[in-house]
Amino acid sequence: MTADIRTGAPVRPAPAPEPTPAPRRRPRPGRFGVHIFLMGVSLAFLAPLLLAVYASLRPYEETAQNGYFSFPRHLSFEYYRRAYSESGMGKYFTNTLLIAVPAVLVTLFLASFVAFAVSRLKLRGGLVLLMFFTAGNLLPQQVIVTPLYVLFNKIPLPWWMSDSLTMYDSYWAVIIVNIGFQMGFCVFVLANFMRTLPQEILEAAIVDGAGVWTQFWRITLPLCRPALAALGTLEFTWVYNDFLWALIFISNPDKLPITSSLNNLRGQFFTDYNLLAAGSVLVALPTILVFLLLQRHFVAGLTLGSTKG
Amino acid sequence: MALNIPRRAGRRRLRRFSRRDTVVLGVLLGIPVLLDIVIVWGPTLASIGLSFTSWDGVGDIHWVGGDNYKNVFENYPAFWPAVRHNVLWLLFLGLIATPFGLFLAVLIDRGVRFSRFYQSVIYLPVVLSLAIVGFIAQLILGTDQGVVNTILNNHENPIDWLGDAHLNIWMMMIAASWRHTGYVMILYLAGLKSVDPQLKEAAAIDGANARQTFFRVVFPTLRPVNVIVGVITVIEALRAFDIVYAVNKGRNGLELLSVLITDNIIGEASRIGFGSAIAVVLLTVSLGFIVTFLVQELRGARER
Repeated sequence: MTADIRTGAPVRPAPAPEPTPAPRRRPRPGRFGVHIFLMGVSLAFLAPLLLAVYASLRPYEETAQNGYFSFPRHLSFEYYRRAYSESGMGKYFTNTLLIAVPAVLVTLFLASFVAFAVSRLKLRGGLVLLMFFTAGNLLPQQVIVTPLYVLFNKIPLPWWMSDSLTMYDSYWAVIIVNIGFQMGFCVFVLANFMRTLPQEILEAAIVDGAGVWTQFWRITLPLCRPALAALGTLEFTWVYNDFLWALIFISNPDKLPITSSLNNLRGQFFTDYNLLAAGSVLVALPTILVFLLLQRHFVAGLTLGSTKG
Repeated sequence: MALNIPRRAGRRRLRRFSRRDTVVLGVLLGIPVLLDIVIVWGPTLASIGLSFTSWDGVGDIHWVGGDNYKNVFENYPAFWPAVRHNVLWLLFLGLIATPFGLFLAVLIDRGVRFSRFYQSVIYLPVVLSLAIVGFIAQLILGTDQGVVNTILNNHENPIDWLGDAHLNIWMMMIAASWRHTGYVMILYLAGLKSVDPQLKEAAAIDGANARQTFFRVVFPTLRPVNVIVGVITVIEALRAFDIVYAVNKGRNGLELLSVLITDNIIGEASRIGFGSAIAVVLLTVSLGFIVTFLVQELRGARER
């Protein structure tokens, strides 16, 4: 409507209101250019991925002769079969799940309680606690690596928990580091989210005699379901993509999670980049699927912390 | 409101915590706090302590005072190039990738068609691990079959985009921006959606054009997002590691502080004291930004 006020032109009332909430959608000469530009950017952003898929479908001899950027003569999934069977990827995927599932669940549980205590109970020093966790998540990983390496080497574990008999070179080390490090981000996001919930709900529960645990588990947590789904999705991809922790805390190549195992694949398939491309696509596939299926959650997870309700 | 400390006394407390409540609080706050101390803050302090020693990880720990720092600054040829690369990384993300993400967010927020498609595509690289980004970079920039060299058709004398110590850092920064731009765009899109449309209308009525509306009216209201984006940009630039490590283990032109630390600690030499000193340098720089961010947050929380 604002355009009309400026030009003073008489307005014909629209026959029916548009369903999309776009009140100032004026026809602009630049519109077409914007589409061309965004199309170009989108293509540039997709191209590297499409190229990796394209390269992985073609035999090495062909690309060695003509380069990756050439017309295909043979296309097959042969490299995917080989990448999967020759490198033992199934094992690495299992390792990732063994690490990521407990790490994400425990992180969410512990972080949501801290966030609850910080934002819902009027605890003295709650803010300090929040800062304590948030700042921890922002430290560079390399700062904490050495002492943890030494510490994990000194902590013995029974044989049924770790065949290395120490915390070092066991899944436990990677799980616990992920929990400790990611908790800060989750506390920050969940505390921001819980602050937007109406306080009256809790007050009513307190009048009814609910203890801290009931207030948390039965009343606050169910209301946080969207935030938890969002964070869970996000944290899963982060733990899945972890490269450094496993590189440092796991020495037995058979125990590596999938992302860190890429390094081994590279050594194994050194000369055949098409095979490596197939391996990379396979490794990337789960996070891309998670993204495509749960995009809304994924985006919400990142933005929950930044825009306060 | 929950953290509004000065006004707390005014609000009538309904009940103090029962004994069971205290136990629940003690256990469920105690575990995370303990974990954070053991995993994050304890090791940070230990790193600071170790940086004053000449420890190799096995033998005795000898106190050497500030020797490591002196050596880092004066006798370690890789240090200053790494600092320069980290600063370059920060400037590149901060001056190119972040503003580009903001620009894309503003374009998409104006309500073009297919905006969801554009948004998803530009955001997609964020879910990839930087290690995979490093491998894809090799497919595109490699000397033997790489796409760029094929397009340039210089089969005889290909440009070594990843091997040339003057070129590869730029290629890595472009690859890192591929992910960073989408991340920033999503944060700004969320921020822009929460801007009150009446503000923009009021500005338009006052005769402001699109640019004036954005810079004078919309951008200032995005302050919380700006703070977050700023922190993410700085922290990502200081933490950068996976991508250069995946390409060539962070050598030959791709030295970064994070790589030097890793090399000194897990390399054959295992110079833990020396590596820790570099880590403390990185920590000091990071803490400056972290504290700034926390002060902002603290102020925000007090106002709520």
